Amino acid sequence: MGNAVLVFTELLGGAFRKGSLEALTLGRDLADQFQGPLVAVTAGEGVAAAAPSLARFGVQRVLAADGPAWKLPAGEATAPLLHEAVKKTAPVVVLFSAGTAGRELAPRLAQRLDVGCAVDCTAVRFPGGKPEIVRPVYAGKALATVTLDRPPYVISLRPNAVTVKERPGAPITVETLAPGIDLGSLHAVLQSVAERPVGRPELPEADVVVSGGRGLKAPEHFKMIEELADALGAAVGASRAVVDAGWRPHREQVGQTGKTVAPQLYFAIGISGAIQHLAGMSSSKCIVAVNKDPNAPIFQLADYGIVGDAFEIVPVLTAEVRKLKRS
Amino acid sequence: MHIVVLMKRVPTTELRVKIASDGKSLDLAGVEHVVNPYDEFAIEEALRTREKQGGEVTVVCLGPAEAQKELKTCLALGVDRAVLAQDAAPARDSASAAQALAAVLKTIPHDVIFCGKLAVDDQNYQIGPRLAELLGLPVVTAVSKLDLQGDRARARSETDAGSAEYEVRLPAIFTVEKGINEPRYPSLKGIMAAKAKPVTTAPAADAPAHLTQLRLELPPKRTGGKIVGKGPEAVPELLRLLREEARLL
Repeated sequence: MGNAVLVFTELLGGAFRKGSLEALTLGRDLADQFQGPLVAVTAGEGVAAAAPSLARFGVQRVLAADGPAWKLPAGEATAPLLHEAVKKTAPVVVLFSAGTAGRELAPRLAQRLDVGCAVDCTAVRFPGGKPEIVRPVYAGKALATVTLDRPPYVISLRPNAVTVKERPGAPITVETLAPGIDLGSLHAVLQSVAERPVGRPELPEADVVVSGGRGLKAPEHFKMIEELADALGAAVGASRAVVDAGWRPHREQVGQTGKTVAPQLYFAIGISGAIQHLAGMSSSKCIVAVNKDPNAPIFQLADYGIVGDAFEIVPVLTAEVRKLKRS
Repeated sequence: MHIVVLMKRVPTTELRVKIASDGKSLDLAGVEHVVNPYDEFAIEEALRTREKQGGEVTVVCLGPAEAQKELKTCLALGVDRAVLAQDAAPARDSASAAQALAAVLKTIPHDVIFCGKLAVDDQNYQIGPRLAELLGLPVVTAVSKLDLQGDRARARSETDAGSAEYEVRLPAIFTVEKGINEPRYPSLKGIMAAKAKPVTTAPAADAPAHLTQLRLELPPKRTGGKIVGKGPEAVPELLRLLREEARLL
């Protein structure tokens, strides 16, 4: 193996995804450590045109498979492509963002290469050139430090674990990467993609999250949560109790059988703080809780709490935030 | 139709983590184990598939002898037969676990393979994709809707930004998302019937691990706990603290 760092970089709606830029930011630091090039591999319609913009993040070489056939997510087609990219660049590390595509592709690639794979990691270091990787387990109730036995070290990075930094300077080259397989022979063929309208950020990537729980008493009261979220530019989350009750879709669930989030700012409104929920949000940088029960476990965790009725507090909070954003 | 569902025995989600004295594993004393919650949805989907298409459901578990209890739960729900790939190792990495499961799957017929999209203990999301590579089968991950017609399936996968629909040729692997169905509870009749159903036990195949756990630690404890005030009057002070103390907003 050589000393390149290879990063799978996803395009969404004409721009490279935040999670991919986080992986490139980590990749740039690792490429410096290994004194090798930072290489991006990307697939999808329009990637060749967008590729030169990756120079801002210190990418020196892009392997791009462009064309409508490369609609992501489609692991069956993309895994062989990544395998080709590995053969071409002999990387010491391959990085992914741990989203839908990365979750499927990282283990697929690792299996093809007969190596280990550390997924959904929050810290990646190479003391003495050997990996020491931190990943939350048991829904964040514990942190495991793991190592991988041989390169290429295949790692996926949890969204929000790294702050995106630009590092322009190096010249960039863009090469076409041919698919390693016949795209007409796939066993799982993507028929259609339904993307939610761009508006609120997606939960795992959001800088601010506003979550509601059973304290809201009825599904229609979530309008209040949505209004606060929109005033803050935040994602909407929910506790397991309200998802199980059918008030909110499962994709909004924060906690052990839902999503784990680590935003800058997390609002827990009418959420008492069951251990399953706490596990999913306790690594948020700052937590604000609103709950009428002063003994609710959420207050043990919250940086700032307001005791009282969410129905009185949240509309005032929303109005104040709007005022603040205007000024 | 030959329907296979993979099941993992995991600590309950109510778990309060205690670290064992080796500093790198979970202290299992007094820990209750359950069927991995995502696998409950996989089992339900397998049973519904059998109800619509006919055939048999086999549950496969890689785990310790104690997993007999969780396999009995699956049989009580209506699964026809159980296979335990019995493992002496306390925990395997995903590479090793996928190899051991692939070894079992090569010995039993399978038109569809269901499993949860992840196990809630080590949260690896790896078994479905790795098995796809090992067995040369298509996989659709985080499936929230499945429609089987003959040797084809239409599967909806939940993605970061919405969903994606796939047309899939069987045999295939589906890793299921919470909410794909409403899992049933075992009936008394099911519990009685489970006693007579076969559980085949064989030692799990050896396979090398490529990932090693060096340490297991509790996350840094939050100090937190500042009550800003009561009621809507506390809102201006909260916003001042968020701006000036936390330097947010």
